[in-house]
Amino acid sequence: MNGSAPTTARVLLQLRRDPRTMALLLVVPVALIALLDWLFVDQPGVFDRIGAPLLGLFPFIAMFVVTSITMLRERTTGTLERLMTLPLTRLGLLGGYGCAFALAASVQATLVSAVAFVVLGLDVAGSPWLIVVLAILNAVLGSTLGLFASAFARTEFQAVQFMPAFVLPQLLLCGLFVPTDEMSRPLEILAYALPLTYAYDALERVAVGGVYDWRLALDVAVLIGCTVLAVVLGAATLRRRTS
Amino acid sequence: MPGAHAVEVDRLHVVRGGRDALDRITLEVARGTVTGLLGPSGSGKSTLMRAIVGTQVVASGTVTVLGEAAGSAGLRRRVAYTTQSPAVYDDLTVAENVRYFARLVGASQPSATETIELVGLADEAGRVVRRLSGGQRSRVSLATALIGRPELLVLDEPTVGLDPLLRRDLWATFGQLAADGATLLVSSHVMDEAERCDDLVLMRDGRLLARGTPPEILKRTGATRMDDAFLSLVVDA
Repeated sequence: MNGSAPTTARVLLQLRRDPRTMALLLVVPVALIALLDWLFVDQPGVFDRIGAPLLGLFPFIAMFVVTSITMLRERTTGTLERLMTLPLTRLGLLGGYGCAFALAASVQATLVSAVAFVVLGLDVAGSPWLIVVLAILNAVLGSTLGLFASAFARTEFQAVQFMPAFVLPQLLLCGLFVPTDEMSRPLEILAYALPLTYAYDALERVAVGGVYDWRLALDVAVLIGCTVLAVVLGAATLRRRTS
Repeated sequence: MPGAHAVEVDRLHVVRGGRDALDRITLEVARGTVTGLLGPSGSGKSTLMRAIVGTQVVASGTVTVLGEAAGSAGLRRRVAYTTQSPAVYDDLTVAENVRYFARLVGASQPSATETIELVGLADEAGRVVRRLSGGQRSRVSLATALIGRPELLVLDEPTVGLDPLLRRDLWATFGQLAADGATLLVSSHVMDEAERCDDLVLMRDGRLLARGTPPEILKRTGATRMDDAFLSLVVDA
């Protein structure tokens, strides 16, 4: 992981220099969760049921977008080619990025959770802390998938369009709109091939059931596995030599 | 004598976009010299430089740098490279950029400050790169390459857009670095910069047109100015 610590520091510095991205990362998810609370103000119980899962999914989406664009910028401005000539390993670079965005994601997830649980009075069956941890895990997964997806975009415009392509199908199939066991068989299989399904399942288990069983452990294992896989695939898309 | 050359290129063939970007080039660069790589844009200068730093996919031929295959892991601390358009972080300050690259190559923080002074940006150290002029940005890029005190510096058009005074200072710096033992390969499409080099490589259409010291090339072509020398070489070829 040669060069990951300086890279983490550098990416965090860049984030700090960019107030709009900071606002996107911190204010937008808080606003969305508040909007959700307001939307279901006359339907008691609904916010409690879907608020916590969404709380865990917003960071995934936000981090995916921010990370894919930041990494794409590295590719298009030529800094990536420079870095590839230096004693910085590819995993070191991605690890550096991953740590920086994981840190940003932790701040984000903690802030949204604090607002949801303390200000908006969100009530979950399980531990609110576990929801925060799951939100952070999802945000890290979103970042690493964003790093990977950036390899397939040539412009920032394309990178933004990956959001609907990569994220929306996962959101539709994750179980939020229709429970996976009520889906047609092919859709159910497809749903379980996508990482967000496991993220939603874990969040719902903690929020609604409050039971910590092997299925929850399996969900978390899949999330971590997908994160590692995305980093490895992302590293494979970084080429020291290009034509 | 082995090791006399910092760079040895042997029948290097590179294909880019379906055409020969480099057509079986053979070339050596002596250690401790400033070698100018000259030619019009599209002549293959940047491709040759990318092959030397190991970021270019090559079709055939070999490139040996400081005794190792170009691009090998052991060279990443010993070779530094700047791209034609400054590859630095626009949203960081000059000092933050240089310090980041310093940490990557394991150079000290005081040497970061020294390097910023060397490229004449001491007064701009705290400014965000986005707000700098084009010439200042290319000097930030240069500083990030100089920071590790590399043995071989590959600089792609480092003086584009700089005022004549600054260009003179930078060429003096290049000369000083070579005198201290570093090898520099510097590309330019400005022929009057050729006279500041110890050795010249003239390129056109992916081929070597001529090489030698500036006086040698002038003598061979009977020209008094490098521009005219280049022209007569093109006509003769």
